[in-house]
Amino acid sequence: MRHTISLLVENEYGMLTRVAGLFSARGYQIDSLCVAPTFEDGISRMTLTTHGNDHVIRQIIQQSRKLVKVIEVWDMTASPHVEREMVMLTVSAKMGDQRQEVLSLVEIFRAKVVDVSEDSFILEMTGNREKITAFIDILRPIGIQDMVRTGTVALTRVAAVKARQIQIEEEGEEFSELTLNEKV
Amino acid sequence: MKMRGARILLEALRCENVKHVFGYPGGAVLHIYDELRLSGEDLGISHYLVRHEQAALFAAAGYAQATGQTGVALVTSGPGGTNAVTGIANAFMDSLPLVVFTGQVPTHLIGNDAFQEADLTGITRSCTKHNYLVKRVEDLATTIKEAFHVASTGRPGPVLVDLPKDMTAQMCEFSYPETIQMRSYDPPHFAPQKQIKRAVEAMISAERPVLYIGGGAIAANAHEEVRHLAERLNLPTTCTLMGLGAFPASHPLSLGMLGMHGGYWTNMAVDNCDLLISIGARFDDRVTGKLTEFAVGAKFIHVDIDPSCVGKNVRADYPVIGDAKAVCRQMLTEIDEQTSSGSRIQSREHWHSQIADWKRQHPFWFKEEGDIIKPQYVINELRRITNGKAIVSSDVGQHQMWTAQLYSFEEPRQWLNSGGLGAMGYGFPAAMGAATAFPDQLVVAVVGDGGFQMSLNELATIKQYNIPVKILLINNGYLGMVRQWQEQFYEHRYSQSDMEVAPDFIKLAEAYGVPAVRATKSSEVTKVLEEALSRPGPVLIEMKVAREENVFPIVPAGAALKDMILA
Repeated sequence: MRHTISLLVENEYGMLTRVAGLFSARGYQIDSLCVAPTFEDGISRMTLTTHGNDHVIRQIIQQSRKLVKVIEVWDMTASPHVEREMVMLTVSAKMGDQRQEVLSLVEIFRAKVVDVSEDSFILEMTGNREKITAFIDILRPIGIQDMVRTGTVALTRVAAVKARQIQIEEEGEEFSELTLNEKV
Repeated sequence: MKMRGARILLEALRCENVKHVFGYPGGAVLHIYDELRLSGEDLGISHYLVRHEQAALFAAAGYAQATGQTGVALVTSGPGGTNAVTGIANAFMDSLPLVVFTGQVPTHLIGNDAFQEADLTGITRSCTKHNYLVKRVEDLATTIKEAFHVASTGRPGPVLVDLPKDMTAQMCEFSYPETIQMRSYDPPHFAPQKQIKRAVEAMISAERPVLYIGGGAIAANAHEEVRHLAERLNLPTTCTLMGLGAFPASHPLSLGMLGMHGGYWTNMAVDNCDLLISIGARFDDRVTGKLTEFAVGAKFIHVDIDPSCVGKNVRADYPVIGDAKAVCRQMLTEIDEQTSSGSRIQSREHWHSQIADWKRQHPFWFKEEGDIIKPQYVINELRRITNGKAIVSSDVGQHQMWTAQLYSFEEPRQWLNSGGLGAMGYGFPAAMGAATAFPDQLVVAVVGDGGFQMSLNELATIKQYNIPVKILLINNGYLGMVRQWQEQFYEHRYSQSDMEVAPDFIKLAEAYGVPAVRATKSSEVTKVLEEALSRPGPVLIEMKVAREENVFPIVPAGAALKDMILA
């Protein structure tokens, strides 16, 4: 199963290789990875997507958490959250029907035209993985000249987290991480 | 007062109460060595010049194993650091607290393929608990403080501090932080009460429990608590290779070592138990054998300070995350609580007598053969002559397993060896490190002829500092464990395991100025051992033993415990 994992890390030299190295050393896959500073000085957030069974995901979380400069690790998949990716595409858009067709697709997908040339557009779109894949698929016959796509970024829905906190407090589940993916 | 980085390093070591440093100089660490010469003595720091950087790491590891204190090694950039990597990986696998200082080329040359440059933080990233590259001299003291804190707390491990040469030359105000706050690092101590309660319920009600103790119990100094726990609940107790000494071998509840070369009775007890209580052990493949057939009828309580170990190899029915000592104390309190409210501790007589039967059926054994020296006999004699009280370090191989099986370790930190990494060449330098910490105790390095030839350069070091290590060389002229596997699993095809040519070890030791004695007949063993062990200072004792002796029992790699081969 695909999981989106979020790591809050101290933004210091070599941090990316520490996380990436952990994955390669232990034979885990990184499907996508995004790293950027947060609003807090010296703290970065990494969002990565990976796949594996419950056992593998639990190991990934525990092993990542063990890295000395990792502050916290969450499996976003385990609770309600919002996920987004962004894609930029250079699409053929010759004067005439083709240009109109592209523009109508842009409208339908709520994408944006960010650059215009005589026979192409650069389009930008954000959305979840499925939406982006659908957009790419539909543009493919028209002619994609170039493309770049970010990895997934994700945020937990605050209301849902609060609810979980209350649940943990009430049920006295002290080591929720271990049981998170466990069948009870 | 402003001082140069090199002095800051030594001042920091003094603040950390470091008395022994094992190292090897080179270009990138010359400022540090200069400062050692100038002020090392005043700061109470003794440096031991080893003959290869790997030995510096092994000595520091032996020191850490024997004392429980953080071991310190200092090596130069490039080859100094790469030579140290095996020692770092060893400390990582066996969770030993080490702080390793490596030289690095000056900051302005980093990345230029400069002379003796190697990306040491990159190379050691996967075999250190954490590593640092110091880029501002102002960060030096705090980095060292953090390095010692990280190395010695939680699940201990090696921490590397890479020091560019200019960092040790630049001047800076020295102030050493008293405490350290790290937002991203906060190892657990006490376990959640709910976990303790559930685990103790299972421990009280189990019919066939086994207590399974690993090196983590020694790291946490939990041996007394472990013993109380075993006695309180009447638990048969086994130790892993790394855990030997955490529970006294002579104790009536002791089952000795389990796993690949564990006792028949021990492995049978583990295989048939209904509750396996693991404290500071990690269900390593050398312990479990075939996982799908490991203790199939048992529930597992897994006490570990490292949550990533819990549920890694076996499912943990009762995970308990915390420091072994703290957890044992919590458990003892909880046992009192539960028994005072009516839970009865079972006597489990049938279970104990079953284990005793297994032990009677197949104890450890070996066959005497005339005047040929049997290696097991040597270990038995070593135990008898030293009253089981020596600090024993071993290398890796057959002699390691015989020592583990037969020496009967009573105390923690009495047994030093390379368990996880299985690094040949460990035994002798590790003994050297331990002997610097305990110059008045008997320290014996049990080594094979293979591993000794990977570390014999250190004869010069023990001579130079008169370090009183007794080297007990079990010489069978083979890489014995490799040969045994080739005999048992490759139809006697001995491929590259016969060490046809070896030096005359007596002459070799004497060439280094280290006295040496040899026994070639069984009848000579006792006298040779007694005399050599009672000599002051270093000595080498060579035992020419039976060439093709095998370690039994053995669980073949990938087989289930119950399928162990007894003879």
